[in-house]
Amino acid sequence: MSNSDLAHPELGAVEVGGMNRASFILRGALAAGAVYGAAAVGPQVSSALAASGSSDLDILNFALTLEYLETAFYKTKGKTVGLMGEAKALASEFGDQEAEHVAALTKAISAAGGMPVKKPTFSFPVTDQASFLKLAYTLENVGVGAYNGAGPALTNKAYLAAAGSIVQVEARHAAAIALLTGSPITPNGAFDKPLSKAAVLKAAGPLIKK
Amino acid sequence: MTESMTTEGDRPVEGAVERLARDDLERKRFLKMAGRRMGAGAAATGLAAFIAACGSSSSSSDPTTSSTASTATGSAAATSSGSGDLAIVNYALTLEYLESQFYAKVAASGLFKGKTLSLLKSFGAEENQHVTALKQVATSLGTPAKEPMGKFPLKSAASVAALAATVENLGAAAYLGQAGKIQSKEILASALAIHTIEARHAATLNTLVKKSPTPQGAFAKPMTMSEVLAVVKPFIA
Repeated sequence: MSNSDLAHPELGAVEVGGMNRASFILRGALAAGAVYGAAAVGPQVSSALAASGSSDLDILNFALTLEYLETAFYKTKGKTVGLMGEAKALASEFGDQEAEHVAALTKAISAAGGMPVKKPTFSFPVTDQASFLKLAYTLENVGVGAYNGAGPALTNKAYLAAAGSIVQVEARHAAAIALLTGSPITPNGAFDKPLSKAAVLKAAGPLIKK
Repeated sequence: MTESMTTEGDRPVEGAVERLARDDLERKRFLKMAGRRMGAGAAATGLAAFIAACGSSSSSSDPTTSSTASTATGSAAATSSGSGDLAIVNYALTLEYLESQFYAKVAASGLFKGKTLSLLKSFGAEENQHVTALKQVATSLGTPAKEPMGKFPLKSAASVAALAATVENLGAAAYLGQAGKIQSKEILASALAIHTIEARHAATLNTLVKKSPTPQGAFAKPMTMSEVLAVVKPFIA
């Protein structure tokens, strides 16, 4: 499949390095998003997690991986692609907030006796402000879908409260970027949880970078 | 949504919001009580409590104070609303009714034009869909809350935009405050799906009125039922 056939070619081109299971799922989720559009990523992520009988720690580690990705995106790419004005201000603010999510999730996993995943390596196909904002919008929407998809699977109510607190911020990021770029503020309409559940992981398999 | 499986025995007791919507005397009593309980202070965020529980030393909130406040407000909500998903769904339905009425009046006010008007109309249409969905869920569980009669000051575009931002931020905090209390995973999934829409609306309106899209920083704060209802009080006729 050539990149021009993808719904979000920029997602398919995000490279996630690292050997842990969470980064593997994330790589699959991003590849699926590239094919089906960001709206399809939510159910894909939740089915990926639910299918393997994920524990709360699995879910927290998956969230941590996603937050690592967002932090790296804002804090490294955001500083090197020449952002200006409002885009620069938002990227700086959002990057700091994603870093706070990383710190909170790392602490939570450790406190629960788990082993926080190591920070994977990432490569983002971004060359200028427009491509940066486009990918930022997609990543934030992926984040919303991922947290909303995994939320009901969390057994610990404190984790659910934390995930809710974080996902609200991801949704706010997505909306702010949407407003800045003229993208849809509510890309899934009135309900952020996509209800259809397709076998996207299977379809995404060939796209996962080894 | 399947038909109600609720038996008489575990049928949730009638929710405070439901009473609020129907019975004026009860509403006044409830709001008076809710207003007093507001003094208990803002509840700890789920995350602050959670981090405190995990032994973090970097949380800015005092775990002792936070847990006291959250216990106080939590018990206020519990005693005044009964328990169960129906009470929560009816609470959300009441808020969505008010949001929906608000946007309808704003759209008809003539205060907005062009892009802003179409944005406000699209938000209103989404709130309508929330009303429809929540009413269905409430019906499957028992008796849905009646539609309250909202009253909103529509003086100027600036004040209405600011009020819209307040309403959406309140809505987001209200959903976040209930997430951990919902028993049904299906209803929880729906609440989460609506929660992030309220968040998107809130961030958009905040930006339009020159406020931060993330006014509470990296972690959004929940509000209890009694905190929210006290804020909503002036907007119910």
